[in-house]
Amino acid sequence: MRFLRPHTWAEALGAKAEFPDALPLMGGTDVMVDVNFGRARPNALLDLTAIPELRTWAPDGDALRVGAGVTYARLVSELADRLPALAAASRTVGSPQIRNRGTAGGNLGSASPAGDAHPPLLAGGAEVELESVRGARRVAVEEFFAGPKRSVLEPDELIAGFRARPATGPQYFAKVGTRNAMVIAVCSFALALRPGEGVGTGIGSAGPTPLRAYAAEEFLAGELADRWEKRDALPGPVIGEFAELVAGAARPIDDVRGTADYRAHVLRVLARRTLTWAWADHCEGGAGCA
Amino acid sequence: MTTPRVGERTGRIGDSTARPDGTPKVTGAFAFSSDLYLTGMLWGVTVRAPHPRAEIHGVDVGPALAVRGVAAALTAEDVPGRAVYGLDVPDQPVLARDTVRYQGEPVALVAADHPETARRAAAEVAVDYTVLEPLTDPRRALDDGSPQLHPGGNLVRHVPIRRGDPQPTAEVVVTGEYTVGMQDQAFLGPESGLAVPAADGGVDLYIATQWLHVDRDQVAAALGLAPELVRLHLSGVGGAFGAREDLSMQIHACLLALRTGRPVKMVYSREESFFGHVHRHPAILRYEHGATREGRLVYVKAEILLDGGAYASTSQAVAGNAATHAAGPYEVPNAHVDVYALYTNNPPCGAMRGFGAVQACFGYESQMDRLAAACGLDPAEIRIRNAMREGSAAITGQVLDFPAPVAELVRRVRDRPLPPQRSTDLRAMPGGVGGTTHGEDVVRGVGYGVSIKNVCFSEGFDDFATARVRLEVTGGEPVATVFTAACEVGQGLVTVQEQVVRTELGVDRVMIAPADTSVGGAGSSSASRQTYMTTGAVRAACAKVRDRLAGRDPASLGDEVIDATVEWRHRPTSPLDPVTGQGFAHVQYAFAAHRAVVDVDLGLGLVKVVELATAQDVGKAVNPLAVAGQIHGGSAQGLGLALMEEIQVRDGEIVNPSFTDYLIPTVLDMPPMSLDVLELADPNAPYGVRGVGEPPTISSTPAIVAAVRAATGRNLNRVPVRPEHITAEGLSVEAGR
Repeated sequence: MRFLRPHTWAEALGAKAEFPDALPLMGGTDVMVDVNFGRARPNALLDLTAIPELRTWAPDGDALRVGAGVTYARLVSELADRLPALAAASRTVGSPQIRNRGTAGGNLGSASPAGDAHPPLLAGGAEVELESVRGARRVAVEEFFAGPKRSVLEPDELIAGFRARPATGPQYFAKVGTRNAMVIAVCSFALALRPGEGVGTGIGSAGPTPLRAYAAEEFLAGELADRWEKRDALPGPVIGEFAELVAGAARPIDDVRGTADYRAHVLRVLARRTLTWAWADHCEGGAGCA
Repeated sequence: MTTPRVGERTGRIGDSTARPDGTPKVTGAFAFSSDLYLTGMLWGVTVRAPHPRAEIHGVDVGPALAVRGVAAALTAEDVPGRAVYGLDVPDQPVLARDTVRYQGEPVALVAADHPETARRAAAEVAVDYTVLEPLTDPRRALDDGSPQLHPGGNLVRHVPIRRGDPQPTAEVVVTGEYTVGMQDQAFLGPESGLAVPAADGGVDLYIATQWLHVDRDQVAAALGLAPELVRLHLSGVGGAFGAREDLSMQIHACLLALRTGRPVKMVYSREESFFGHVHRHPAILRYEHGATREGRLVYVKAEILLDGGAYASTSQAVAGNAATHAAGPYEVPNAHVDVYALYTNNPPCGAMRGFGAVQACFGYESQMDRLAAACGLDPAEIRIRNAMREGSAAITGQVLDFPAPVAELVRRVRDRPLPPQRSTDLRAMPGGVGGTTHGEDVVRGVGYGVSIKNVCFSEGFDDFATARVRLEVTGGEPVATVFTAACEVGQGLVTVQEQVVRTELGVDRVMIAPADTSVGGAGSSSASRQTYMTTGAVRAACAKVRDRLAGRDPASLGDEVIDATVEWRHRPTSPLDPVTGQGFAHVQYAFAAHRAVVDVDLGLGLVKVVELATAQDVGKAVNPLAVAGQIHGGSAQGLGLALMEEIQVRDGEIVNPSFTDYLIPTVLDMPPMSLDVLELADPNAPYGVRGVGEPPTISSTPAIVAAVRAATGRNLNRVPVRPEHITAEGLSVEAGR
């Protein structure tokens, strides 16, 4: 096995162009498990941990640009105020050791439907930055996933990072697992309210890819259009319809972690609860504290 | 209880004593069997059948041998001695020859100079299978149309118990059918060892196991060697819980070492480990309890099916335990019990902490709650009314001639103050860090579970332990050395032997020699028996030493060495009558009671266990700190069975062989525990000790499920309880809100 360890981003892009089957390695929390279980025997590993700029984040216009190598632990400690749902999702990832190594960029690279970072990135309207020696491009997160553990990443491309606007309203992430910590999602849901603008959603582990509930977003944005300023209680039927539309957007299956029926049920409950919490936060004028 | 200092090497019977391996295990410095290494050693790998049932028409190891770096590739043809092994019934092939009976059954072995080379070569071994329809439903194992998986049929053992009136009637009758899923021991140190060929034609095997001598005898038989040519040395054990009682890679590593003339190391991966050891028997239990209106038991009827999987392992003894414990720690004059252990093509099942008593306890404790409801009684009260006591007769007719404080244990957990209402910390909510509720739909429940468990080997088994104690003066100071083959598997025996010697001989410096087969057998570190047995043996050996000391000060021995060996037995037990199941089958019973308090999110079916209160009689706490550790650990393992731990098997194939999907409790799942440790000495046991390790595992499961039932109103007749079992009955309510 070839082991490539570039020290600059340009070298990394060059290496990926030369060895398109090289498997990028950052935290190693997915890649090394596959290697150690004998499931992955890549011809080459492309170690990206020596590239400093991947580990940085900074404001860029009205958005935040977060490098692919920023760990979950840092998303929690440094960005919980600006990306609260992503920070909440990061808190649910594995153990402290995993959070110290694992990255949202790596989560995107694995493109698992159960990736914890995906629902908040979907709800937050994030874009993924992809780059190769041919150039750079941005892809909306919902267009990034192509199937279970597949994305639109070209063989010569690397994930440079993602861009997301800081929260302008309450955000929540909730994840159901059959254990109270260190568990892969049976099902998860993220909600972002953007007062005066609209609503974002993200569904995890209930379809072949992470999903947005478009109809639910559209419905709720319409219902909230003249309520953002009034800040009055949301009628029960609105919350119920939103929950039904979220569940209807999922395409869950029965598997070892749970049944399709249970997942759809969970989405109804989580959609109802997160909307209730977020709207209450909005009415109190505060931001979500998920 | 005082907290001992790390490294302190004092402590007599009854003192809390720090384990010498505690700090190295926590810091990662402890050498486990998977850390064994010798220069020039080879790595052994197992070729396993992918099918739960198949015929083998040929095994071609040629392609594996062609891989550079491969030193040997072996099949069933290469087993020089007995081709089968097994703890009670030698029915399991060392390597499958013409038939595969479970997914993952070993078919061939490869040794190479690098583990990756060995794995790649193993993948080259070509096996010609005809895949057959597996028998996976134990309820169909005895049907006429079902395939016979073994020459004697599919019944491993039927244990009947008949006591009292064969046609009893009662004012209140409750029935129930319960199911227990397949739990795994989930020890953290996978199966591993190192076999080193010796100049005398024998082999030295460094191994993590529970029972050195029975391993040795099975290895020697398969190798066709005299037992004294097969020497086993206990290596660092990373947990056992019953899963190391059967052989895994022992014979395989020795075969490869003797064939190649080189040391051979084998280490299972985590995934392979799920295929490499037996699991807890899944069970289907049908119960009928009859009682007076006042809640006094009149009769218990039970039929229990235990899915033994492909091979017998310890299924016979597990069935005996399920039967003799079928009515629980309660007085009941009439009993009609049938337990069947069956062969199927599911993964083999055998010993796991609780050993048949776990499955029965989920059944009879669920029934006691139903009976309490039917009689309008509090769940604790009905248990107290029917509790066994000293002098009670079990359903086997055995009269308990030792303290049996069942009612007191229940009272103690019942009378504990209840924990405060939940905090606002999200991590204290059901769902934990997932942030799934802020308290909405969360309901609280309280439940009870009481266990009974036999200690030591039963049903007439010749159960003994050997200890050798040497006393001499070294460096001007008396030093005692203890030699046994007793396995420290994490349970705490490591301090017990020296505590006995200090107590008996008054010598402070005590050395514990490495456990190996150079001394007589100690029996297994299982059945909650090792402290009982080895304490008895070491104490008896010390008495012999003391006799020869004849009152002299040990420091005055000079060059004299006193060396005494004792083979010690507990009082004999008897087989069960094959028709009535009556007999003095168990040397001792142990009891524990749990009260569980849980919060349940009704909307999502998620559970947070808020508190486990436990009371257990241990006879005598040899090392109170270790006793507390055993109760904590056992309770956690029972919590796992209640809420999450299950090997899921579909059509004979394991679908979750990883710690990603086989979940064991984390620190956020395991609640604070309050312990009440009683010490009512058993007059028949050394120092009055009573086995500790198993009872808390048995009773925490039904206590937690009872608490979830109390919180939710759901029936929950199956463990582990999954979230969808809780929400399924409430889906329409939730959806309509």
